Amino acid sequence: MKALVWHGKEDIRCDRVSDPEIEEPRDAIIKVTSCAICGSDLHLFHNFIPAMLPGDIMGHEMMGEVVEVGSGVNGHLKKGDRIVVPFTIFCGECDQCKAGNYSVCERSNRKKEMADKVFGHATAGLFGYSHLTGGYPGGQAEYLRVPFADTTHIKIPDGLTDEQVLFLGDIFPTGWQAVKQCDIQPTDTVAIWGCGPVGQMAIRSAVLLGAEQVIAIDYLPERLSMAEAGGATTINFKQESVIERLNDLTDGKGPEKCLDATGMESHVSFSQPDTIYDRAKQMVMMESDRPHVLREMIYVCRPAGVISIPGVYSGLIDKMPMGIAMNKGLTFKMGQTHVNRWSDDLLNRIAENQIDPSFVITHTASLEDGPEMYNVFRDKRDSCVKVVLKP
Amino acid sequence: MNILTNITRMPSDPKIIETGRSSAHPIDTLSRGLAWFGICLGTLELLAPRRIGRALGVESPTAYALIRFFGAREIAAGVVTLSTEKKLGLWSRVAGDVMDIAALTAALMPYNRRRQNVGPALIAVLGVTALDLFAAGQVTQRSRRKGEAKNYSGRTGFPNGTALSRNRANIAASTRQVEPAATSHRH
Ligand SMILES: [Zn+2]
Ligand SMILES: [Zn+2]
Repeated sequence: MKALVWHGKEDIRCDRVSDPEIEEPRDAIIKVTSCAICGSDLHLFHNFIPAMLPGDIMGHEMMGEVVEVGSGVNGHLKKGDRIVVPFTIFCGECDQCKAGNYSVCERSNRKKEMADKVFGHATAGLFGYSHLTGGYPGGQAEYLRVPFADTTHIKIPDGLTDEQVLFLGDIFPTGWQAVKQCDIQPTDTVAIWGCGPVGQMAIRSAVLLGAEQVIAIDYLPERLSMAEAGGATTINFKQESVIERLNDLTDGKGPEKCLDATGMESHVSFSQPDTIYDRAKQMVMMESDRPHVLREMIYVCRPAGVISIPGVYSGLIDKMPMGIAMNKGLTFKMGQTHVNRWSDDLLNRIAENQIDPSFVITHTASLEDGPEMYNVFRDKRDSCVKVVLKP
Repeated sequence: MNILTNITRMPSDPKIIETGRSSAHPIDTLSRGLAWFGICLGTLELLAPRRIGRALGVESPTAYALIRFFGAREIAAGVVTLSTEKKLGLWSRVAGDVMDIAALTAALMPYNRRRQNVGPALIAVLGVTALDLFAAGQVTQRSRRKGEAKNYSGRTGFPNGTALSRNRANIAASTRQVEPAATSHRH
C-alpha cells in the first residue's frame, strides 16, 4: 500500500510499504477513505517531538471502511462498517477508560515501559505520533490497523459525507473539550490564541456552548476571516497589542477563559523577543517548547479564570510566570482529547445540522501529493487552513 | 536519553518497500547550512573579537564592540533561519551581509597595515551574500501567496446560521438544559 512516511526533519515521502495485518484479536483493518494533516503533525515534521524513527507512518485523523476484523471484536464492528478512528487508542476496560479518560488509557500504549520512564506514568497509545505513545503506524495510508477496534471507533450512519464527520476523530472534539473544560458561563468572554483548525473548532464550540463573547487571535487575514465567520471578534497580533485589545473588549478586566490553540511552536518574530530567546534555547536543547502564548495568557487572564491548553507541548518550558498564575488563582486545564467522551454528542449535532465541520477544509489532494501538502500547510501557502487527503 | 535510543519499531508494522519523493527541497538544506555557518561565525566573533580585529587591522575598543555586536547579530539571524520563519531569518542574514561588506570596505583603507587580509575576507563575505540572496529569494518565491489572502467569511460552519446557533446556546443556558448526555441511540 501507499503511505506517508517520516524520514527525518522536513522529510516526508509517499512510500510503498507492506500492508498491515491483524495481530491481536481485537484488531480491525480499515481501508482509509479520507485522512487529514493535523497542525500537530507539523511538530513531527519539524522534528520537535522526540522518539520518531525513520520509517514511521504519519497521520492520526482518518476514517474508512472496515475490511477485516479480528476474532475478539465480537460483533462491535463488521466488514463494510464506516467508521471514524479516534486518534486516541483505548481499551474501554481499565480504570481510566471507565472514568472516560480515554487519552490516558492504561493499556493501549504498547511502549508502556519507555513511556512510564519518560512521563512518570504512561499515557494512551496514539496513531502516528512517535514511539512515546506506542509507535503505532498512522492513517495517512491506504490501509490502517486499528488496535482495540471494538472500542476505538466512531460508527458513522449513512447520509453524512466523509468531510462532515472526518474531524470527529481529533480537531472537533479537541476544540470542544478545550472549551468544555473552561466551564463556560453565559457572561464569559473566551479568548482563543491561534486560528488554525483547532482554534476554528474551538470558536464554534464556544458559540455552541453559549459564551457571551468569543475573541480570536492570529495574524493571517484568511484565518481571521474564517474566525469572524464563526462568530468571533478578531485581533491581528501583528497590527495591534493583544493585551490592550483584550482589556478593551472586557471593560479592562481581561477574559475569564483563555485557550491556547497554538502549542509549542509560537510564531517567532523580532517584535516578540521572547520567541527568539525560546527558539535559541530550543536549539541548544535547553528548552523544548516556545511558551510565548502561555505567558501572554497568564498575564492577561482575569483573576480566578481558566487557562485551557489543547495545543500540543512536548517537554520543558522556561520563564513561566508561575507566581502570577498562583496569585491570580488561575486554573489550568489541558491534555490530549478524550475523543470518545464527546463523539456521540458531536455526531448528533452534525446530523442535526447544528454544525458542519467541513467549513475548515481548504485543500483536498491525493496521498501522492501529501508530502508537498505538508509544505503548503506549513507555509500557509495559498491561504491553506486544512488539508484532506484521499488515498 | 538512553531510554529514547532504545526505541525500535514493532516487527509486525508495515515496512518500506519502495521510497518516494521527499518533501524536502534542496533550498531547505542550503538554508540550514547557512544558518549554522552564521551561528559558528557569530560565536567566534562574540568570543574572540580581539583576534579577529587584529587580523583585519582594526584595533580599537569600538571595533571590538562592533565585532561582538556583529556576532550577536549573526547568531540571532541564524536562529531565526532555523525556525519556521526561514524567510525572515534569511533576509536578516542578507541585511547583516550588507553591514559586513560596509565594515570591511571601510577597513580596506590604504593606511591599514593588514589590508592584505581584508581583501580575501571581503571576497568570502561577497560569496556568502550571494548564497544568502539566492536562498532568501527562493524561499520568498516559494512562500509567496498567489494573489490576495482568501476571504473565508462565508465559512461559518453553522448550516443554519451563526445567529441561530448562538440563540440555541442562549436558550440552553437560560433553561439550564445542558446538552444531551453522551449516550446515543446511534452507537
Ligand atoms: Zn491532531
Ligand atoms: Zn483503557
